[in-house]
Amino acid sequence: MTSGNPTAPARRDRSSAAVRLRPQQPRQRSRTTRKPRRSVLLTVLTGLVLIYSLLPLFWLLINASKTPAGLFDSFGLWFGEDFALLDNIVATFTYDDGVFSRWLGNTLLYVVVGAGGATLLAVLGGYALAIFDFPGKRAVFAVVIGAVAVPGTALAVPTFLMFSQLGLTNTPWAVIIPSLISPFGLYLMWVFAAQAVPRDLLEAARIDGAGEIRSFLRVSLPLLAPGTVTVLLFTTVATWNNYFLPLIMIRDPDWFPLTLGLNSWNAQASTAGGEVVFHLVITGSLITIAPLIAAFLLLQRYWQSGLAAGSVKE
Amino acid sequence: MRERPPSGHADRQVWTGWGFLAPFMIVFTLVFLAPLGYSIYLSLFRDRMVGGNLFVGFENYQRAIADPQFWSALGRVTLFLVVQVPIMLGIALLVALAIDSGRLYGKNFFRISIFLPYAVPAVVAALMWGFMYGDRFGLVGNINEVFGISLPSPLSSDLVLASIGNIVTWEFIGYNMLIFYSALRVIPHSLYEAAQIDGAGQFRVIAAIKLPAIRGALVIATIFSIIGSFQLFNEPSILQSLAPNAISSYFTPNLYTYSLSFAAQQQNYAATVAILMGLVTMVIAYAVQLRGLRKDA
Repeated sequence: MTSGNPTAPARRDRSSAAVRLRPQQPRQRSRTTRKPRRSVLLTVLTGLVLIYSLLPLFWLLINASKTPAGLFDSFGLWFGEDFALLDNIVATFTYDDGVFSRWLGNTLLYVVVGAGGATLLAVLGGYALAIFDFPGKRAVFAVVIGAVAVPGTALAVPTFLMFSQLGLTNTPWAVIIPSLISPFGLYLMWVFAAQAVPRDLLEAARIDGAGEIRSFLRVSLPLLAPGTVTVLLFTTVATWNNYFLPLIMIRDPDWFPLTLGLNSWNAQASTAGGEVVFHLVITGSLITIAPLIAAFLLLQRYWQSGLAAGSVKE
Repeated sequence: MRERPPSGHADRQVWTGWGFLAPFMIVFTLVFLAPLGYSIYLSLFRDRMVGGNLFVGFENYQRAIADPQFWSALGRVTLFLVVQVPIMLGIALLVALAIDSGRLYGKNFFRISIFLPYAVPAVVAALMWGFMYGDRFGLVGNINEVFGISLPSPLSSDLVLASIGNIVTWEFIGYNMLIFYSALRVIPHSLYEAAQIDGAGQFRVIAAIKLPAIRGALVIATIFSIIGSFQLFNEPSILQSLAPNAISSYFTPNLYTYSLSFAAQQQNYAATVAILMGLVTMVIAYAVQLRGLRKDA
């Protein structure tokens, strides 16, 4: 513990053996010596919450397969007479000169640059907070966490005015730059790095003559991988789902992300002379959530172990 | 610092730490601190038709404190958080305990499925539930048709706050459940063995071991939920086009500041309302933190 740092959270004084065992821990630990008996009653009760969670997604899937007329004259929780999912998908991508593809591309751009950048900054910053001592460390954390409590609108108006003076509104930068900051990501990486990077390993790398950047890249970064995947997934969700920030920053539909585009299609129905396209709103919604759900399902082993290690236990 | 040899090593570390943190702090300053400072500055001025900005001190704050629309919005989100947050966190906690108990069939399926709504954008969640609430092709309309009854519309002004509460609950049960579950997973195994030797039952273990152990996670989840409630914007803003009469432009404080600054062009007053809300949020979050963690100290 030569590089002792008194402000790091969580159990940094664990033995390094325990730290190394950690990645396997959540999967392999058995709860008690005798296995608890499975309970049908408990499964059924929890099943109610499961149905509540999945029912709207099921509704969305069913209704994305209906024709505009079928939406109105068939029961909401079962298929209509015609199965029009493919037609709807084609219609979603071709409606209004294919503007939906443009929105999808914008969202991807915002996610790759915004969430990717946010993850990079959080990993570097969290690592700094966990590994190094430097003056002002406590203050940094207090300021960052305090800032989370400030309402989005308190910052939205002045950020909008600032960006507008810089000529950045109505450009992708207005969405990307604010997306680069994830206080939650920073916190998660801090907690994670404090546990996952053994200090003696870094000390060994230093003795071997590796510089700080080299030991970060070669020694620490691989150890930080589960935490990094977790932060990347959460910043991706935050950027993919962002609505408020583009709402104030972007006026030009060519730079809309999916969320703003979908809402504009929905709002068409209530504007005078606007075409009603509920079937496109529903199918577009399904296309919007599908990639995120796929990412969560495919990567669950990584992000769940990352989250477990970063969980808050005082 | 104490144990480190008094060489150039320590100095190098001082700058290394900042080197890694600097990119974050530079962008953070640009998108958080600078706008915050500008916001405070704006709240102390009044934009006049003629003659530009006039320094008015706390006049905007006095106006906000006497503003019935501000209080109505604040009252609404307070009611929302008092009812919605305990329901949401309560269900999330029960599910986390159920999954952690090892007594469920197919617990991994439960864990991932209940979490999935978190991946759904608030826009899509609000659109989806908004359609389901509707009487045209929604479930409420279907039920009315099938049973020949007329349920009250979830989008009526009496029910719309509860309907929004349902959407937010749906979105975040799984997220909070996962936070609690992760905290439950790191409870040392030896505590359960000790409880077993003492002959403690399931509920005793929950009350005496599990809940105290995850107190930190409970406090964090409560604070984030309170902040979320005070910042309620997306769901009411999107439902507005489906329920224009039930959701006013000052339905929540955030909707109020948004319409003040972008529809009414009252940027100074909007900044004031936003700062007041920030203060209220921070005071309450801090109070919850003090109360929640008191016994640990």
